[in-house]
Amino acid sequence: MCHQTVSLVARHLEANGIPTVVFGCARDIVEYAGVPRFVFSDFPLGNPCGKPFDVAMQRYIVNIGLELLETATGPTPTVQTPYVWSEDTKWKKLIFSDEQPFLEGEAYENWLKAKEKYREMKAKGQV
Amino acid sequence: MTDDYVRYIDKTREYYLSQGYEKPYRWAHFEDIPFAPLRKPLAHCRVGLVTTSDIAVASEDGGREKHDPLAMVGNVYSIASETPPERMYSRNEHYDRYATSLDDVNSYCPITRLQEFEAAGRIGSFAPSFYGVYTAYSQRTTIERDAPEVLRRCIEDQVDVALLTPV
Repeated sequence: MCHQTVSLVARHLEANGIPTVVFGCARDIVEYAGVPRFVFSDFPLGNPCGKPFDVAMQRYIVNIGLELLETATGPTPTVQTPYVWSEDTKWKKLIFSDEQPFLEGEAYENWLKAKEKYREMKAKGQV
Repeated sequence: MTDDYVRYIDKTREYYLSQGYEKPYRWAHFEDIPFAPLRKPLAHCRVGLVTTSDIAVASEDGGREKHDPLAMVGNVYSIASETPPERMYSRNEHYDRYATSLDDVNSYCPITRLQEFEAAGRIGSFAPSFYGVYTAYSQRTTIERDAPEVLRRCIEDQVDVALLTPV
Protein backbone atom coordinates (compact mmCIF):
# COMPACT_ATOMS: atom_id res chain seq x y z
CA MET A 1 0.00 0.00 0.00
CA CYS A 2 2.91 2.34 0.77
CA HIS A 3 4.16 1.77 -2.76
CA GLN A 4 0.79 2.76 -4.14
CA THR A 5 0.64 5.91 -2.00
CA VAL A 6 4.07 7.18 -3.07
CA SER A 7 3.18 6.40 -6.69
CA LEU A 8 0.01 8.50 -6.44
CA VAL A 9 1.93 11.37 -4.84
CA ALA A 10 4.72 11.13 -7.43
CA ARG A 11 2.17 11.32 -10.23
CA HIS A 12 0.65 14.45 -8.71
CA LEU A 13 4.03 16.17 -8.31
CA GLU A 14 4.98 15.30 -11.91
CA ALA A 15 1.69 16.62 -13.25
CA ASN A 16 2.49 19.88 -11.47
CA GLY A 17 6.01 20.26 -12.81
CA ILE A 18 8.19 18.60 -10.16
CA PRO A 19 10.34 15.72 -11.48
CA THR A 20 10.30 12.67 -9.20
CA VAL A 21 11.97 9.34 -8.71
CA VAL A 22 10.42 6.49 -6.72
CA PHE A 23 12.65 3.94 -4.94
CA GLY A 24 10.88 0.71 -4.13
CA CYS A 25 10.81 -3.05 -3.65
CA ALA A 26 7.26 -3.84 -4.86
CA ARG A 27 7.80 -3.60 -8.58
CA ASP A 28 4.36 -4.67 -9.73
CA ILE A 29 2.47 -2.14 -7.59
CA VAL A 30 4.51 0.86 -8.77
CA GLU A 31 4.47 -0.23 -12.42
CA TYR A 32 0.74 -0.88 -12.30
CA ALA A 33 0.07 2.61 -10.90
CA GLY A 34 2.44 4.22 -13.42
CA VAL A 35 5.28 6.59 -12.51
CA PRO A 36 7.87 8.08 -14.88
CA ARG A 37 11.03 7.12 -12.95
CA PHE A 38 11.34 4.06 -10.74
CA VAL A 39 14.44 2.51 -9.16
CA PHE A 40 13.65 -1.06 -8.17
CA SER A 41 15.63 -3.21 -5.73
CA ASP A 42 14.68 -6.87 -5.56
CA PHE A 43 14.67 -6.80 -1.76
CA PRO A 44 12.16 -7.65 0.96
CA LEU A 45 9.83 -4.75 1.78
CA GLY A 46 11.54 -2.24 4.04
CA ASN A 47 14.83 -1.09 2.55
CA PRO A 48 14.26 0.51 -0.87
CA CYS A 49 17.42 2.63 -0.51
CA GLY A 50 19.82 -0.21 0.33
CA LYS A 51 20.53 -2.71 3.07
CA PRO A 52 20.56 -1.41 6.65
CA PHE A 53 23.93 0.10 7.57
CA ASP A 54 25.42 -0.55 4.12
CA VAL A 55 26.40 3.04 3.38
CA ALA A 56 28.11 2.29 0.06
CA MET A 57 25.08 0.45 -1.28
CA GLN A 58 22.70 3.19 -0.15
CA ARG A 59 24.85 5.84 -1.80
CA TYR A 60 24.96 3.82 -5.01
CA ILE A 61 21.20 3.26 -5.12
CA VAL A 62 20.29 6.88 -4.37
CA ASN A 63 22.73 7.98 -7.06
CA ILE A 64 21.00 5.72 -9.60
CA GLY A 65 17.88 7.76 -8.92
CA LEU A 66 19.75 11.04 -9.32
CA GLU A 67 21.19 9.85 -12.64
CA LEU A 68 17.72 8.88 -13.78
CA LEU A 69 16.53 12.41 -13.04
CA GLU A 70 19.37 13.73 -15.19
CA THR A 71 18.96 11.41 -18.15
CA ALA A 72 15.22 10.79 -18.53
CA THR A 73 13.59 12.61 -21.43
CA GLY A 74 10.21 10.98 -20.90
CA PRO A 75 8.63 8.20 -18.83
CA THR A 76 11.37 5.61 -18.49
CA PRO A 77 11.22 1.84 -17.96
CA THR A 78 12.01 0.59 -14.45
CA VAL A 79 15.70 0.61 -13.56
CA GLN A 80 16.71 -2.39 -11.46
CA THR A 81 19.63 -2.01 -9.05
CA PRO A 82 22.40 -4.64 -9.41
CA TYR A 83 22.11 -6.03 -5.90
CA VAL A 84 20.83 -9.41 -4.74
CA TRP A 85 19.36 -9.57 -1.24
CA SER A 86 20.81 -13.01 -0.48
CA GLU A 87 21.94 -16.09 -2.35
CA ASP A 88 18.99 -17.87 -0.82
CA THR A 89 15.69 -16.65 -2.28
CA LYS A 90 13.55 -18.39 0.32
CA TRP A 91 12.33 -15.02 1.64
CA LYS A 92 10.34 -14.56 -1.58
CA LYS A 93 8.49 -17.84 -1.18
CA LEU A 94 7.59 -17.19 2.45
CA ILE A 95 5.83 -13.86 1.89
CA PHE A 96 2.19 -14.05 3.02
CA SER A 97 2.57 -17.77 3.78
CA ASP A 98 1.07 -19.48 6.81
CA GLU A 99 4.53 -19.60 8.32
CA GLN A 100 4.92 -15.86 7.82
CA PRO A 101 1.50 -14.18 7.76
CA PHE A 102 1.18 -10.65 6.44
CA LEU A 103 0.49 -9.24 9.90
CA GLU A 104 0.21 -10.87 13.27
CA GLY A 105 -0.35 -9.97 16.90
CA GLU A 106 -0.54 -6.26 17.60
CA ALA A 107 0.04 -5.30 13.98
CA TYR A 108 -2.94 -7.39 12.92
CA GLU A 109 -5.11 -5.84 15.66
CA ASN A 110 -4.10 -2.34 14.53
CA TRP A 111 -4.95 -3.19 10.95
CA LEU A 112 -8.40 -4.48 11.96
CA LYS A 113 -9.07 -1.35 14.03
CA ALA A 114 -8.08 0.97 11.18
CA LYS A 115 -10.23 -0.99 8.77
CA GLU A 116 -13.23 -0.79 11.10
CA LYS A 117 -12.72 2.96 11.56
CA TYR A 118 -12.68 3.40 7.79
CA ARG A 119 -15.93 1.45 7.46
CA GLU A 120 -17.57 3.68 10.07
CA MET A 121 -16.35 6.84 8.37
CA LYS A 122 -17.53 5.58 5.02
CA ALA A 123 -20.96 4.77 6.47
CA LYS A 124 -21.16 8.36 7.74
CA GLY A 125 -20.11 9.70 4.37
CA GLN A 126 -16.91 11.19 5.77
CA VAL A 127 -14.61 9.63 3.17
CA MET B 1 17.07 -12.99 -12.09
CA THR B 2 15.13 -9.99 -13.28
CA ASP B 3 11.73 -11.63 -13.67
CA ASP B 4 11.36 -13.60 -10.45
CA TYR B 5 10.46 -10.58 -8.36
CA VAL B 6 7.56 -10.92 -5.93
CA ARG B 7 4.11 -10.20 -7.35
CA TYR B 8 2.49 -8.43 -4.43
CA ILE B 9 -0.76 -7.74 -6.26
CA ASP B 10 -1.27 -11.46 -6.94
CA LYS B 11 -0.09 -12.42 -3.46
CA THR B 12 -2.49 -10.05 -1.69
CA ARG B 13 -5.38 -11.20 -3.87
CA GLU B 14 -4.70 -14.83 -2.96
CA TYR B 15 -4.19 -13.93 0.68
CA TYR B 16 -7.46 -12.04 1.03
CA LEU B 17 -9.38 -14.75 -0.81
CA SER B 18 -7.97 -17.25 1.67
CA GLN B 19 -9.17 -14.97 4.51
CA GLY B 20 -12.72 -14.99 3.20
CA TYR B 21 -12.74 -11.62 1.40
CA GLU B 22 -14.29 -12.21 -1.98
CA LYS B 23 -13.99 -8.78 -3.52
CA PRO B 24 -10.40 -8.22 -4.62
CA TYR B 25 -8.75 -4.93 -3.79
CA ARG B 26 -8.61 -2.57 -6.78
CA TRP B 27 -5.06 -1.34 -7.06
CA ALA B 28 -4.53 2.08 -8.55
CA HIS B 29 -3.91 1.87 -12.28
CA PHE B 30 -3.41 4.56 -14.89
CA GLU B 31 -2.56 4.33 -18.56
CA ASP B 32 -1.12 7.82 -18.82
CA ILE B 33 2.13 8.64 -17.06
CA PRO B 34 2.80 12.31 -16.28
CA PHE B 35 6.34 13.54 -16.84
CA ALA B 36 8.11 16.70 -15.75
CA PRO B 37 11.58 17.26 -17.23
CA LEU B 38 14.55 18.35 -15.14
CA ARG B 39 14.96 22.06 -15.82
CA LYS B 40 18.43 22.72 -14.43
CA PRO B 41 21.50 20.77 -13.35
CA LEU B 42 21.04 18.71 -10.20
CA ALA B 43 23.94 20.59 -8.66
CA HIS B 44 21.62 23.61 -8.67
CA CYS B 45 18.49 21.77 -7.55
CA ARG B 46 16.89 21.63 -4.16
CA VAL B 47 15.94 18.03 -3.45
CA GLY B 48 12.86 17.07 -1.47
CA LEU B 49 12.19 13.71 0.15
CA VAL B 50 8.74 12.15 0.58
CA THR B 51 8.30 8.97 2.56
CA THR B 52 5.49 6.71 3.74
CA SER B 53 7.72 5.08 6.32
CA ASP B 54 5.89 6.60 9.34
CA ILE B 55 8.87 8.35 10.88
CA ALA B 56 8.72 9.28 14.54
CA VAL B 57 11.32 11.27 16.44
CA ALA B 58 12.56 10.31 19.87
CA SER B 59 13.04 13.25 22.23
CA GLU B 60 16.41 13.70 23.87
CA ASP B 61 15.26 11.82 26.95
CA GLY B 62 14.24 8.88 24.78
CA GLY B 63 10.47 9.53 24.77
CA ARG B 64 8.58 9.95 21.56
CA GLU B 65 7.98 13.43 20.17
CA LYS B 66 4.67 13.76 18.45
CA HIS B 67 4.21 15.60 15.21
CA ASP B 68 2.91 19.08 15.83
CA PRO B 69 -0.82 18.59 15.15
CA LEU B 70 -1.03 22.09 13.67
CA ALA B 71 1.64 21.13 11.18
CA MET B 72 -0.16 17.94 10.25
CA VAL B 73 -2.65 18.40 7.42
CA GLY B 74 -4.67 15.34 6.46
CA ASN B 75 -2.14 12.54 6.40
CA VAL B 76 0.87 14.77 5.72
CA TYR B 77 3.53 15.90 8.20
CA SER B 78 6.98 17.43 7.99
CA ILE B 79 10.17 16.71 9.91
CA ALA B 80 13.21 18.99 9.98
CA SER B 81 15.94 17.50 7.80
CA GLU B 82 18.59 18.44 10.37
CA THR B 83 17.03 16.05 12.94
CA PRO B 84 19.74 13.53 13.87
CA PRO B 85 18.90 10.21 12.15
CA GLU B 86 19.73 8.27 15.30
CA ARG B 87 16.72 9.92 16.95
CA MET B 88 14.37 8.83 14.19
CA TYR B 89 12.67 5.51 13.89
CA SER B 90 9.84 4.04 11.88
CA ARG B 91 6.63 2.70 13.35
CA ASN B 92 5.58 1.17 10.04
CA GLU B 93 4.43 -2.42 10.43
CA HIS B 94 4.14 -3.35 6.78
CA TYR B 95 7.71 -4.34 6.06
CA ASP B 96 9.06 -7.87 5.81
CA ARG B 97 9.96 -8.33 9.46
CA TYR B 98 11.04 -11.92 8.85
CA ALA B 99 13.73 -10.94 6.37
CA THR B 100 14.94 -7.50 7.40
CA SER B 101 14.59 -4.59 9.84
CA LEU B 102 13.88 -0.87 9.85
CA ASP B 103 16.74 -0.21 12.28
CA ASP B 104 18.61 2.04 9.84
CA VAL B 105 16.54 5.07 8.81
CA ASN B 106 18.81 5.65 5.83
CA SER B 107 17.80 2.33 4.31
CA TYR B 108 14.30 3.73 3.63
CA CYS B 109 14.62 7.47 4.22
CA PRO B 110 18.07 8.47 2.94
CA ILE B 111 18.58 11.67 4.92
CA THR B 112 22.29 11.27 5.59
CA ARG B 113 22.95 10.16 2.01
CA LEU B 114 21.29 13.33 0.70
CA GLN B 115 23.27 15.47 3.12
CA GLU B 116 26.43 13.81 1.80
CA PHE B 117 25.40 14.47 -1.80
CA GLU B 118 24.78 18.09 -0.87
CA ALA B 119 28.21 18.38 0.79
CA ALA B 120 29.83 16.84 -2.30
CA GLY B 121 28.02 19.26 -4.63
CA ARG B 122 26.18 16.45 -6.39
CA ILE B 123 22.88 18.16 -5.56
CA GLY B 124 22.32 21.85 -4.83
CA SER B 125 20.72 21.31 -1.45
CA PHE B 126 18.52 19.02 0.59
CA ALA B 127 15.25 20.78 1.49
CA PRO B 128 14.98 22.00 5.12
CA SER B 129 12.16 19.54 5.81
CA PHE B 130 11.19 16.17 4.46
CA TYR B 131 7.58 15.06 4.23
CA GLY B 132 5.78 12.03 5.59
CA VAL B 133 2.50 10.71 4.20
CA TYR B 134 0.35 8.13 5.90
CA THR B 135 -1.38 5.73 3.58
CA ALA B 136 -5.09 6.44 3.40
CA TYR B 137 -7.49 3.57 2.94
CA SER B 138 -9.12 5.54 0.18
CA GLN B 139 -6.99 6.22 -2.91
CA ARG B 140 -9.19 9.22 -3.57
CA THR B 141 -8.12 10.77 -0.26
CA THR B 142 -4.48 10.37 -1.25
CA ILE B 143 -5.08 11.82 -4.71
CA GLU B 144 -7.39 14.68 -3.79
CA ARG B 145 -6.20 15.71 -0.33
CA ASP B 146 -2.76 14.38 0.60
CA ALA B 147 -0.86 14.61 -2.70
CA PRO B 148 -1.86 18.29 -3.14
CA GLU B 149 -0.67 18.97 0.42
CA VAL B 150 2.73 17.40 -0.37
CA LEU B 151 2.89 19.56 -3.51
CA ARG B 152 2.04 22.66 -1.46
CA ARG B 153 4.89 21.94 0.96
CA CYS B 154 7.31 21.24 -1.90
CA ILE B 155 6.46 24.59 -3.48
CA GLU B 156 6.74 26.38 -0.14
CA ASP B 157 10.21 24.88 0.38
CA GLN B 158 11.17 25.62 -3.25
CA VAL B 159 11.80 21.96 -4.00
CA ASP B 160 12.97 21.34 -7.60
CA VAL B 161 12.96 17.52 -7.62
CA ALA B 162 11.53 14.92 -5.24
CA LEU B 163 12.67 11.46 -4.16
CA LEU B 164 9.91 9.17 -2.88
CA THR B 165 10.45 6.18 -0.64
CA PRO B 166 7.86 3.65 0.54
CA VAL B 167 8.64 0.96 3.08
